This record gives sequence, structure tokens and C-alpha cells, in this order.
Amino acid sequence: MYAAPDSRPRADTTTAIKLSGVVKHFGSLVAVDGLDLEVPTGTCFGLLGPNGAGKSTTMRMLTGQTIADAGSLSVLGHELPRESKLARARMGVCPQESNLDIDLSVRAVLEVFARLYRVAADDRDRAVAAALALAGLGERAEDRAAKLSGGMQRRLLIARALIHDPELVLLDEPTVGLDPQVRQELWSLIVALRERGATVLMSTHYIEEAERLTDHVAIMSKGRVVAEGSPRELIAHYAGVESHDVLGSPQELEALRGRALADGLATRASGPALTYLHAETADGSLPTGRRRAATLEDVFVHLTGEYVE
Amino acid sequence: MSTITRTPPRPGRIEPAALAAVWLREWTVNKYFWQSRTFAAVVEPVIMLLAFGFGFGKLVSHIAGIPYIQFVGTGVVATSVLFSATFSGMFDALYKRRYQRVYDAMLAAPVDVDEIVTGEVLYLGTRAGIYGIAPLLVAFCFGLRPEPAMLLVPAIGILTGVGFAALGMLFASFVTTFDGLSYAISGVITPLFLVAGTFFPLTRMPLWLRDAAQFNPLFHCVQLVRHCAFGLHPLADLGHVGALVLFALLAWQLAIWRTRARLID
Repeated sequence: MYAAPDSRPRADTTTAIKLSGVVKHFGSLVAVDGLDLEVPTGTCFGLLGPNGAGKSTTMRMLTGQTIADAGSLSVLGHELPRESKLARARMGVCPQESNLDIDLSVRAVLEVFARLYRVAADDRDRAVAAALALAGLGERAEDRAAKLSGGMQRRLLIARALIHDPELVLLDEPTVGLDPQVRQELWSLIVALRERGATVLMSTHYIEEAERLTDHVAIMSKGRVVAEGSPRELIAHYAGVESHDVLGSPQELEALRGRALADGLATRASGPALTYLHAETADGSLPTGRRRAATLEDVFVHLTGEYVE
Repeated sequence: MSTITRTPPRPGRIEPAALAAVWLREWTVNKYFWQSRTFAAVVEPVIMLLAFGFGFGKLVSHIAGIPYIQFVGTGVVATSVLFSATFSGMFDALYKRRYQRVYDAMLAAPVDVDEIVTGEVLYLGTRAGIYGIAPLLVAFCFGLRPEPAMLLVPAIGILTGVGFAALGMLFASFVTTFDGLSYAISGVITPLFLVAGTFFPLTRMPLWLRDAAQFNPLFHCVQLVRHCAFGLHPLADLGHVGALVLFALLAWQLAIWRTRARLID
């Protein structure tokens, strides 16, 4: 329950985040290049893109820590950067790189952030207890954060972001560098968040993560959205039903790629293979290879290229 | 966590709730490190006091009618504040900004850069002001007579400490490594420390240096502490307080400006 009349959404309550024509330069580098994005309220929205696509810059702009050079940004009805403080009070942020206060105990980390997020004094103990339970760190509450494993620290980061029961949660590469077990634990946490009705904006370059968790995906490349839709829609539109992998030497694959281009067939590089997209529509003329269901990874690599900066 | 009540922030203001959260963080960290920090902040000036007091004290018995160890004892209050506040401001701020990235975490919450800087300099200044009492207590053991005006010394230490903590944060905002702070220590802190009338009176120094000392906030702190111990000079002391207030305000604003430039792209 948020008791702030001046911080309620003032305009469109169906849109949690809206970015129009957003541009951000760092010197001569264009990090975000005319970005348009709308995140509907109550959805889990994935920002998918290779390293350097502009995902983290976009996340930082949403918290007012990076100021756009051009364009307009609105979060929960608040115009940024002018009303950034009001927006931040209603969102929780889990950054890509840990910025945990490792000198503090687990409980103290949460207590400090309960205050920073202006949780009412009567609710603070309950909020801390709930966050500890959510992160499964009740038994480690008095330990210094520095003593936690990488997975536990990541869970604490997420619990810290949720201490004030935010309406919007920004997760910047939440599972990067974690082992598969911990990653799955965090996926369960994110699913629980969605079930509570929070809007989640999650950046990731793990395709499986986006495919499993998000309702809607925007694929970013070079600071722009190059495709947007549900994972299912994107696969159907850009990769079709089936993909066809053909193994070969680099020279053979290059020759096949040239021929496919001439025949108007969509392909994507796939390491030591060339993948034909929309394979179900080919007339049997494809080279010998392995047929499989099309995936979001096919779409991702097709749109963003095999090589990333 | 379905019915958590929050108080909305007020944009464009330095809010007590944000300052309280910054203080809570500092206070909680202090619970882990208070022994080592207090040891360094208290023992170092006391050693300095004893070394100068007993060393130079053999050569110089009195300055302006004051026993040398008492002269130094009142001066070391100021250097204790200088070192405690400036070094914490520099090293803590750089560590939190560059290595621990605590400021980044705070800025994702409804807290602005001016609130972080203000909360930190108030905390560090208050701590430095309290640590500054230690040399005075030692000087009591060497015959310094307690005076009612000495009750003002912690307040003078806090005012000076706030300014120097902000100066430390300002220095930290210019560098990206701890090595970079050497320029500030050798180029600014050491000259301030030496030209403040702490260990020897400025009256014996060249005129231009005496004039330059008027721009040294530490000099004003030393004068105020001495006057609290050996007799107030109301008009002059108001001027010293004014100089310290001006210094604190300037350093605070510059620290906010530069820290914001570092933290917000």
C-alpha cells in the first residue's frame, strides 16, 4: 500500500515505463540511439541484447543515474529526470554488478535500505523479516554480507530491491555469472514477483531466461529496439516453426550462406554451423542437416549478428 | 510484504529521512570498525602532542606566556579534527564510490547526491569533533586548566570537521585511485597542517605567510580552541567562526557538485 497522493500515477496506468526517442552519448559513443519502449503494467518484460547493446544504460536512465541527452522518459507516471526521486521510491533495482554493502550484516543491509526507501517505522521489522524469508537468508541474518556465497549475495541484492514492496522491479542481468542451481532459484523468485502483480523489467543476454520468464521481449542492438513481441510471436515471425542446422567448414558455410542469400532464404550463423530459418517453408532443397524447433536464440542471433562488440 | 507503508519523498529537498538513513549506515559500519578508527584518531594526535610537547618543550618553555605543551595541546585538537575528517572524507568516499559502489546502490533508492554528501559530512564532522577532545583531555594531565568556554570545543571541532570532511569528499571526487589522493595530502593537507599556528606561533613567520594563514580554516579552528582555553576574544572569535562557516558551506557545495558529476552520467 503506497500512501502518497502526489506520487500516484498521474496519466496512463496501463503503462509502467514509456521511453520515446531516447538518446544517450558517452563522448563519441552512442550508447542509446533513439530508443522507443513501452512496458505494460503487470508484465514481465525482457530487454534482450548482446553486450554493448545499451541495456544497462537504459536501466540507469530509468533510475536517474544516467541522464538522457534527448527524448522523454516516464516511469510509473513520473517524468524523468525531474521526478526521478518519486519514481525511485516506487521501484526496486537489482544491478548487474554487485553493490552490496559487504561491511554490514545481512540484516543491517536490509534495515538501511528499509530506511532509504522510507518504509514506515512500524513496518520496518516486518519488511526486513519478509525480505530475509524471501531470500532464504533468515539463518544468516547476523552474518556479514561479505561472508555469503555469490548466489546468496545475489539473493540478498534482490531482497534489498524488494524490501519496500515496489510496484516496479528493474533487474539488470540478475543471473549473470551464477551457476545453474542458483540461477533456477532466482528464476523462482522472479516468478513469485510476477505473481504478486509487480511489473518486472529484466535485462539479460541469456536467451533461455527471457524465453522462460518474460511475457514480452524487446531485442536491442546498437542502442535501439530491433524487434519486439512475445517470445512466441518473435520466433514465429523471424524464425518460423523449424530451423535447420548444417555443419561444415567455414568455407563451405560461407558458400552456403551466399547461395541462401541469392535464393532469398533467411539464415543465421551458429558457430560451426549455418542455421536456415523458416526451414518448414523450404522446398526440400536444403543441404543435409539437423531439423529442430525454432528458438528465440535463432531470432536473437539473426537480428543482432553473430559477433558482438 | 504486501502491506508495507512508505512515506513519499519530496524532490529537490534535503530530507531528514534520507540523512537519517545515511547516518544509520555510517553508524552501523562504525559498530564494526570503531576500535581501529578510534585508536588511529585518538592515539596519533596524543603521540604528536607528547612528542612535540616533550621534544620542543625542552627548548621552548613558554609561548605568549603559555606553557609550550599546553600551547601544542590546544593546537593538536585542530589537527586531530583535520586528519580524522579529511582522511575519512577522502578514503571512505573513494572506497564507497569506486570499489564498493555503495553510492550507486543508494542512488537507486529515493536519495539524491546532495543528501548522501550532506549526511556523510555531518556524520564525519561530528565524529571528528568528538575525537578532537582527546588531545585536550591529555593536556589537562599536563596542567591545562579546565575553563567553561572549553565546552564549546566539540562544537568548534564539529564545524571544522564538517568543512574538512567535505573537502576530503571533494578531493575524492577528482581521483579514481587511492594513489591519486597523494596530491591532496602532500599538496594541500600538509601545508594547511603546518601553517596554522599549531606547533609554533605565526607571529614569528613572514608577513605573507601570516596573511596566507587567514585563508587556512585550520588556523581559525586553532585560534578558537586556544581562545576557549586561555580567554575569549569575542569580536575576533566571531570572525573565526564566520570563516569556518564560510569554509564549510563552500566545501560542502563543491563536494556535492563534483560528487554529482562523478555519480550521474
